[in-house]
Amino acid sequence: MKKLINEPADIVAEALLGIAAAHPELRVDHENKIVYRADAPVRGKVALISGGGSGHEPLHAGFVGPGMLDAACAGEVFTSPVPDQVMAATRLVDGGAGVLHIVKNYTGDVMNFEMAAELAAAESGVEVVSVVTDDDVAVQDSLYTAGRRGVGVTVLVEKIAGAAATEGYDLARVADVARRVNAGGRSMGMALTSCTVPAAGHPTFDLPDDEIEIGIGIHGEPGRRRVPAAPAREVAEMLMEPILADLDFTGGDGVLAFVNGMGGTPLLELYIMYNEVATILAKSGVTVARSLVGPFITSLEMAGCSVTLLKMDEELLRLWDAPVRTPGLRWGM
Amino acid sequence: MADGTATIDAAVIERWIRAFAAAVAENEELLTRLDSAIGDADHGSNLARGMKAVLAKLDGGPPGGPAALLKQTGMTLVSSVGGASGALYGTFFLRMAGTAGTADGIDQAGFAAALRAGVEGIVARGKAEAGDKTMYDALAPAVDALDAAMGGDDFSGALRAAADAAAAGRDATTPLLARKGRASYLGERSVGHQDPGATSAALLVAAAADTLG
Repeated sequence: MKKLINEPADIVAEALLGIAAAHPELRVDHENKIVYRADAPVRGKVALISGGGSGHEPLHAGFVGPGMLDAACAGEVFTSPVPDQVMAATRLVDGGAGVLHIVKNYTGDVMNFEMAAELAAAESGVEVVSVVTDDDVAVQDSLYTAGRRGVGVTVLVEKIAGAAATEGYDLARVADVARRVNAGGRSMGMALTSCTVPAAGHPTFDLPDDEIEIGIGIHGEPGRRRVPAAPAREVAEMLMEPILADLDFTGGDGVLAFVNGMGGTPLLELYIMYNEVATILAKSGVTVARSLVGPFITSLEMAGCSVTLLKMDEELLRLWDAPVRTPGLRWGM
Repeated sequence: MADGTATIDAAVIERWIRAFAAAVAENEELLTRLDSAIGDADHGSNLARGMKAVLAKLDGGPPGGPAALLKQTGMTLVSSVGGASGALYGTFFLRMAGTAGTADGIDQAGFAAALRAGVEGIVARGKAEAGDKTMYDALAPAVDALDAAMGGDDFSGALRAAADAAAAGRDATTPLLARKGRASYLGERSVGHQDPGATSAALLVAAAADTLG
């Protein structure tokens, strides 16, 4: 294993030191491993907190700032944060208008945020509402599994709900917008290579040079099936077919098309994938209203990509276009 | 040997927890390897980190009474492990603490009841059912075996029966199809792999048999 690290046990703490050094507009609580806005709490604004295992950067800490998250809790690599962290973050950023927890649907994340919300309700009286994202169509038989995973749509929820909170929406309306984004978004990912969890020191799964994994999760957990390596055109079909089969994306105000890199794939290839995705959408009668291309929710150094489509409407378009200033997404300010 | 009123005090509980910590440290690589096959390759390192934190708390002077000790262990695991295993093992010890009462010691039947309450806490938090290929598949047969063997005067033997049942439950997870946690995303491909959570849970029961009997 070759990685730009010192000791595997220090990875998260040292990355947070780097974030603090690189981004003076953010604050870092190193003890609780929380990244938060320097101007938190923002009085009267609904505060947004997310968090999860580390290794998905820029998600979540890279999305802290005006127009998006108020705080992000960093867990160990691929391990959810603990309730204490979420509680501490909730106290730090509550500006009196309540707090929205944005949680990806993974067993550990859901349990730890749930414990934090129970403790927050019992101890502090801060009003907390949780929204769980579960957009990954790769998971079939949701009744017999932990359910669909929260993946690419999480980035879009954080941006759009963040804009809603900035516009002055109250907690119930911010949560409603977040749920609407989750309900109108679908994702599917694939891997060319495995990732290596630093503490484990070897690849999480073996993927032969001539095979790819379709339906991968963001922790290297396997997907629907393994197939022979194929050209981008065919890979795009394999990702788009289940997404388009799951929800009707035609009509309305079009879609936001998001091609995400898994961490180890160059932008050059992501744009090739975006071109294929756009071609398929045009053939399927789906209008693209907005696009996003790049590594935004990654899986360490895994090579591969995911595609997320989100049904847009006038309100979501306005909130998506609203100014945002974070290390990972920045426009309009 | 021991009669039903023999007391399990904080020192005994501490021995159990230390033995579990040692077993986790010893099996850290195995747990991570099993998790790498059907999960995300971190069960060993996460649990080892948590139990190290638990030991540090114990070294700083354990609190008085079994309940306080169990509560401290549960809170430390919740705060230091993360993931599902932190919430589930944390909930297990917290529920045990809630049932153990405030006395200086609990009797053997009280311990068995606390153990069952801990396992019920895991079910409440994780919503697992028997056969879902989780830690519950090792713990459920263990508490059943313990209760079944409690009537006699051989607590050691009852704990050994519980440990054997946990080990058998752990082994029986191999052919199962995972229906909870990250392994569930594998579907059919989860078949043929021993569940890492059931494996660490069997270590917990084995540690009890080694220290409490």
